Amino acid sequence: MMRQFSDVVKVTIFVFVLFSIFPLSTWAKEAIPVAEDPEIEKRMLALTVDLRCLVCQNESIADSRAEFSNDIRREIREQIKDNKTDKEIVQFLVDRYGDFVLYNPPMKPTTVLLWFGPAILFSIGLGSLIVYLKRRRLQIEDVSLSQEQLKEAEALLNEDKKGKNV
Amino acid sequence: MMRYLMPLAIFMVLAVFLLIGLTLNPRQVPSPLIDKPAPKFQLNQLHEPDKIMSSEDNLGKVWMLNVWASWCVACRDEHPLLVQLANSGIIPIYGLNYKDERNTALQWLKRYGDPYAISIVDTDGKVGINYGVYGVPETYVIDKEGIIRHKQIGPVTVDSLEKTILPLIKELQNQA
Repeated sequence: MMRQFSDVVKVTIFVFVLFSIFPLSTWAKEAIPVAEDPEIEKRMLALTVDLRCLVCQNESIADSRAEFSNDIRREIREQIKDNKTDKEIVQFLVDRYGDFVLYNPPMKPTTVLLWFGPAILFSIGLGSLIVYLKRRRLQIEDVSLSQEQLKEAEALLNEDKKGKNV
Repeated sequence: MMRYLMPLAIFMVLAVFLLIGLTLNPRQVPSPLIDKPAPKFQLNQLHEPDKIMSSEDNLGKVWMLNVWASWCVACRDEHPLLVQLANSGIIPIYGLNYKDERNTALQWLKRYGDPYAISIVDTDGKVGINYGVYGVPETYVIDKEGIIRHKQIGPVTVDSLEKTILPLIKELQNQA
């Protein structure tokens, strides 16, 4: 009886250890490949790197795990399967979400400031620096000293030397 | 004098820009769909799944399309307003039940009230993508010709109703 009991305990422990080593979850499912076709996945990834995830603030759709990005990725995969070109797919998204989905927005009247703003600011800064330096140089005049003034200066310098010797 | 005024002036300009920036909502993205035809859809109805509603059924009237889901917390905020608006009979509201489960959606409507003339089901969010939906709730005002005239991103508020949506509806309804 006692022996039987200890057998039960042994089996229990064995099963317990077994399950700890091979957790059930690993039997449940292999990780699902993101898409069946690696070609499609490659194109999708290349496209989504330059697309903004609208709900996650400064994350690309490629990086984001948001529900929104999942949906867009699925949509892009489907469109690639339908033989749409990259251009068509991007246009599809721009038509719905606006230029804001693009990390590389096109040049348009509304985006001129975005494109040239930094250059304009830089030239303003450079211009004012040049003007400032020129003005400063003008302020420093080369004044030629008269003989008298030179002597005076020399005398002052000598005085200083004497003072130090004392 | 100039030397002290210049930095001050530059600072003031900068401050004004930054102040304007503070009042902007970075989540608000202007929709390219404004003044464009509302994307067409044919979707099953929530209450009677074997019935289909088409976006073209609503041609000839001004209507609102409200994108909602039972998992959407902000939808609860705007819901009493929508119920009120529906009860006033000013405009028919159609609900696009976005990426939701039928039973929870039905329960949600039972609990919080059902302002929708018809609710339609967009389980996989495909129609949502066509409408440029990225944050629920979103509300569209669509005119008699089926053109999107306004998109409210985020919950409808008393303020947005009174200042923007209601005047717009009135204007659109008066158009022939």
